[in-house]
Formats: sequence, C-alpha cells, structure tokens
Amino acid sequence: MGDARASLARTLIYAAAVLLAIAYLVPLAVVVLNSVRSAEEIAQTSMIGWPRAWAFGNYGTAWSEFCIAQTCTGIRPYMLNSALVTVPATVLSTLLGAVAGYAISLWRFRGHAWIFGLVTLGVFLPEQMRLIPWTIVLRDVGLTNTLTGLVMIHTVQGLSFTTLFCRNYYLSIPQDLMKAARIDGAGFFRIFARIVLPLSPPILIVTVIWQFTHIWNEFLYGVTFTTGTQQPITAALIALSASVADIPQHGVQSAAVTIAALPTLLVYLFGGRYFVRGLTAGAVK
Amino acid sequence: MTARSALAGSRRLAEYLVIWVPLLLSAGHVVLFTAWTTWMSFTPSTLLPVNGWVGWRNYTSVLGTRNWQIAFDNLLLFGAGFVILTALTGLLLAILLDQRMRGENLLRSIFLYPMAVSFVVTGTVWSWLLNPGMGIQKLVNDWGWTGFRFDWLIDRDMAIWTIVIAGIWQSSGFAMALFLAGLRSVDGDLIKAAQIDGAGPIRTYTRVILPTLWPIAVAVLVILLQFAIKTFDLVRALTGGGPGLATQLPALVVYDFMFQRGHIGRGSAAAVLMLLTLLFVLVPYGGWKIYQQRRAARG
Repeated sequence: MGDARASLARTLIYAAAVLLAIAYLVPLAVVVLNSVRSAEEIAQTSMIGWPRAWAFGNYGTAWSEFCIAQTCTGIRPYMLNSALVTVPATVLSTLLGAVAGYAISLWRFRGHAWIFGLVTLGVFLPEQMRLIPWTIVLRDVGLTNTLTGLVMIHTVQGLSFTTLFCRNYYLSIPQDLMKAARIDGAGFFRIFARIVLPLSPPILIVTVIWQFTHIWNEFLYGVTFTTGTQQPITAALIALSASVADIPQHGVQSAAVTIAALPTLLVYLFGGRYFVRGLTAGAVK
Repeated sequence: MTARSALAGSRRLAEYLVIWVPLLLSAGHVVLFTAWTTWMSFTPSTLLPVNGWVGWRNYTSVLGTRNWQIAFDNLLLFGAGFVILTALTGLLLAILLDQRMRGENLLRSIFLYPMAVSFVVTGTVWSWLLNPGMGIQKLVNDWGWTGFRFDWLIDRDMAIWTIVIAGIWQSSGFAMALFLAGLRSVDGDLIKAAQIDGAGPIRTYTRVILPTLWPIAVAVLVILLQFAIKTFDLVRALTGGGPGLATQLPALVVYDFMFQRGHIGRGSAAAVLMLLTLLFVLVPYGGWKIYQQRRAARG
C-alpha cells in the first residue's frame, strides 16, 4: 500500500519534470525548426511546426546575404563585431579584476572597505545613469561609433563584477600564507603569480563565462554608441526584425537568431557546471 | 642613487599603478558618472549637454508626463508579477530537482539554458509564439479549435503579462540554481529528526526545509527585483513598449527622452528616478545584511 503510493508519487514527479522540461525547450525547438523552414511554409501554417521541406539555405542567406537596414551583408559583420568586442573586453576585465580583487581582499590598504563598497555599487548602478557620461567620454577621446569604444566601456563596467567575484573568492586564502610569503621577501606581484594565480582557475572560469555572456548579449550600449555596420549582433537582430516586419522572412530570421545565440549557448554548455557552482557559492554568501 | 634602489623604486611605482588604476576606474567611474548624470538632471540640456540650473523643473515635467506615469504603474505590476512568479517557479523547479531523480543533470541544464540567451533573442522568439497571427493561437486554430484566443500580445490590458511570461522563462533557472544550493545545504540531521518524529515528505518540506531557505529567498527576490527595474531589451524585442503604452517601462522612457526626443535634462532626471527606485530596494537589503553580519560576529 505504502509502496504503491510512493511509486505513484514518483511517477507524478517524473511526469511533472518531463512536462516542464518540454515547456522550457519549446522556444529553442521553435527557432531551430523554423530556421530550416521556408518563408512560404511558415506563412501558410504557423511559427510552430515540423519542416515539410528542409530549407537549409536560410543559414547561408542569414549569414552573408540578407539585408539589414539597407546593407545586404547578412549577419556576418555583426557577429564579427560582437566577437571583436567580447573577447578583448572579457580578457581585460578578468585580468584587471583579478588584480583588483587580490589587492582589496589580501592587502587591506587604507580605504579598502570604501573602494569595495563603490565597486559593489557599480554592479547595481543602472546603465541609464551612465549613457550620457559615456557618450561624452567617447566623443572626447575620439572613439564614438568604434568597437574600441565598446571594448573600453565593457572593460570598465565589467570590472565591478570581476573585482567583486575575485575579491569574494580570494577572501578564503588564509592571511598566514600571505604573511609567510612576505617574510620570505615576496612582493605584491610575486605573491600574485606564485600563490594567488595558481589558486584562481575556479573563479576565473566563472568570471570569464559571466563576462562573455553579458557582453555578447548586451544591447543598450551597442545600439546607443554604434550605428550601421559597426553594431554588435544584438542591435543587428533588432534592426533585422524591422526589415522582416516589411517582408516576412521568418525562416531566415530564425537562422540569424540561432547563429546569434550559438556562442553563448556553447559557452554555457561546456562551462555551465562550473558557472552554477561558482554563482551559487558567491551569491548565497 | 644606486641602480638597485632605482629598480626597487620603479617596481613600487608599477605596483601602485597596477593596484590603483583598475580600482580607481571601477570605483571612480561609478561616483563620477552618478554625479554627472545627477548634475545633468538639473540643467536645461536638450540635444547637447549644457551647464545651467533649472532646479526641479526636469523632475516635475518627467513626473507630469503620461509616459512616465504609465511606465511606473507598469513597473509596479510587472515587477510584482515577474518577481513573485519567477521566484515561485524557481522554487518549484528546485524542489523537483531535489528529489534525486535520474537525469537530474540534464534537467538542470534544460531549466538553466535560457539564462545564456540574450533578452533580444528571448524577446524575439516569444514575440512569435505569442503573436496571435502566427504563434500558439494560429496553431490551435489550425488544429480545428477556431474559437481559441490567446492574443495578450495585442491586448492592452494583458500585454504586460507577455513580458512576465518571457521573463519567467529566462530567469527562473537562475532562481532555481540558488534555491537548489540552499536545499542541498540543509542539515541532514534536521531532516532525519523530522522523519523520526513521523513527518511525511510534504510536512518535512513545509515545516523543516523551507523555513531554512528564507535568507536565500530574500536574496533571490532582491536580485529579481533589480532585474525588473532595469528591464529594457526584453521589452524592446518583444513588444517595443506597445500596444500603445501598455508595456512601457521606466528604462524605455529614459532612452526615449535622451535619444529620441533629444531632451538630455529630462532623460537624466528619469534615470535618477530609476536609480532612486533601485535604492528603495537595495538600501533596506544592504542594511539588513550588515545587521546580520554584525549579529553573527557578536556571537
């Protein structure tokens, strides 16, 4: 009797889990399936359906031919822009954040608590508070509408997150280890290189994944500070959906959306496990 | 001065630069930019920033526009709906995953993957699914149930809930991850003791496990609430703020003032109002955290 009830409960739990999993997968399935359906087929039926004829050509069109705001280059240049912004900004903000986090957590110079408070504030400060100042800074240093400008913005803003992540992680390095190293005559850089950096891979993985997905997915700065073919992929997708509103090309649009989402999905697929572990360890603290 | 001490001196300088440049950049730009935008909100700046003093005029005119009033009302509704439903969904998923099922890793990945996707992608995909002319409604109508209606996207009263739906899909995995970490760190002896006392699985949850989760629940609510206040891309991609002003939110109003109407002064005032809304949530939370730390430190 008790066993029957337990196995019924078990079945219900599995059924609920499977149903929810399907619900979460539907949006992904819809995009991927539409990316290989023709515009006519989608127009005749709906956005939700199995392809009758495989229209793999959508990918070629989306990648290099489709017209976005009168420029018929497909999404290739915008993907390249996003990569050229995301990779340097991720590397720079992670490295600088690691050093800054190390300085705040282990060197405890005067005023470290204040600096840390301000860095934390940077995590929460809305982007809208920074739009006009960044516009003026970009104009004054001559980086308006350039990828270098976006790299600079994302590096500086990303520092808030990377410093915070690294600081929280480095706090668990015992002060005695630091003292011993200093007695041995090791300075700021040598301690960082010999002691701190070898302990860092778990937090650096989290930081890199966080920065990569955030910068790749960022839209507001991209659309505000760049125009035309200098825009990152998120801004291009919005421009593309405006073109699609005139001439329905949902198959090609789906292919573009799939390609645009692929880099972060891959990063998540391969690094997600570490990311969740780090995220939960850091956020629950 | 010997070469040796010159070397030591230049190394010290390098140390100072490496420590202070990133710290000053990350802490300094926060202070400087906040002060800058706040100052701008008191100037008569329109297309270009200018100096001058207009007092509270930008604030009174922003607060007086229908655009801002509707956006703020929408934020209250969206914020409440999104935060509560996302947290509850996340909690449900976490409890489900806590049942030691086979395929747990796969399920966790499925519930989490939306987090890796941009709001632009999420908004675009949900705009298709929820579009009555080509999404779920069209599909069900084609199946033969011609009277079926699911047209919230074009319904002024319901459109805000489409943003909530897409938001839940995107963010509930994050809430789940935090709740799951909490569930897994509950003391095993506590659960055993409850079972020995004859508590069934449901009672064990409601009486023993869930009460230990509330510090995490508060963190989840605060993080989700600040997501809600900053929401911009999702609305741009899903509804564009429409139909009419039905899904307008403060972040869109700021952008509209600054870059579409060319009124930097009012845009800055709206941005400061956004920040104040955010502080209204964060300051009590920060105070509570400090209070807890002090109490823990005392013993």
